[in-house]
Amino acid sequence: MALHFELVTPAKLVRSEDVFMVVVPGAEGEFGVLEGHAPFMSTIRDGEVQVIKSEGAAPEVITVKGGFAEVGDNGLTVLAEHVEA
Amino acid sequence: MASLKELKDRIGSVKSTQKITKAKQMVAAAKLRKAQAAAESARPYAERLASVMGSLAGKVGKSDSAPLLLRGTGGDTKHLLVVVNTDKGLCGGLNSNIVKEAKLQAKALAAEGKDVSFYLIGKKGLAPIKRDYADAINDRFDTSAVKNIGFTEAEGIADDLVAKFEKGEFDVAHLVYPTFKSALAQDPTTVQLLPVPAPQLAETSEAVVEYEPGEEEILEELLPRYVKTQLFGALLEREASEHGASMTAMDNATRNAGDLIDKLTIQYNRSRQAAITTELIEIIAGAEAL
Repeated sequence: MALHFELVTPAKLVRSEDVFMVVVPGAEGEFGVLEGHAPFMSTIRDGEVQVIKSEGAAPEVITVKGGFAEVGDNGLTVLAEHVEA
Repeated sequence: MASLKELKDRIGSVKSTQKITKAKQMVAAAKLRKAQAAAESARPYAERLASVMGSLAGKVGKSDSAPLLLRGTGGDTKHLLVVVNTDKGLCGGLNSNIVKEAKLQAKALAAEGKDVSFYLIGKKGLAPIKRDYADAINDRFDTSAVKNIGFTEAEGIADDLVAKFEKGEFDVAHLVYPTFKSALAQDPTTVQLLPVPAPQLAETSEAVVEYEPGEEEILEELLPRYVKTQLFGALLEREASEHGASMTAMDNATRNAGDLIDKLTIQYNRSRQAAITTELIEIIAGAEAL
């Protein structure tokens, strides 16, 4: 049970790992992505992406600016212009 | 025949020049590795963005409701050439090749009756383009003060260009930049930047994708970002090309300096030998005369 999560900026691939859940600040509200999520595409507002490595674990917070999230067969991809860990 | 002292000074000066070119070559080699790594790590973002753009643009199409950046201004008379040059010299024929390509494009466009203007990035393109197209230079973006070229610069350039585009200062923008093939070859390339060329239809996935907010809104937000990414890519290519070309040029210069030193040393030794021989003859002749 793992969701493949990738966080990419123009300068580099910041993250590429298998996690339990990711909460993304979508343009129309936050949404959580688990494994097997239906294909989905959304712009995101400046805010915090919460990465939860395993069930019940404390979320790891990454601040992103100017971005875009895509959920497909191969997991969740977040494209962000700026990232602060 | 140069005197011994003159030759010695000459050798000394060539030697110090060689030291400089050698140092510059090593610096360029180290920077090239860094620039290549940067170009490498920028690839995933560009690829993802292009594929998303492709599927979205395919859906929205070229309808009237499509965003301006995709649809274009409707005109096709005013063309802008965005020319990416380096800020520093000592990199062989790189800049003159880019300028040559830009002028070629300008001539071709002018022959079709289009209005051509230039937008210059980097210092080294200014002088040669000004010579032929002094009035056609629209604007330039200075990157010489920036040490590590990054996404911020690409953002600045893209915002500038998009604003000009929306004001209607030009209808079509082309990007002229060097693509890094190897340390020996950097080919100038021209691509259309604005309006964003409709990407080849990517494979349409069978799954129904949900969009939030809507397809067009997403596309509208993605297009400027796509332009930024393209400019960023061009800047990274420029960096890699500059260092690659500089490395090759400096390697040649170092080798030439070495050859010159060898030649001068032989000449120096010969004249020294000749001087000694003459002196000996004089002594012997003097002794015989007694």
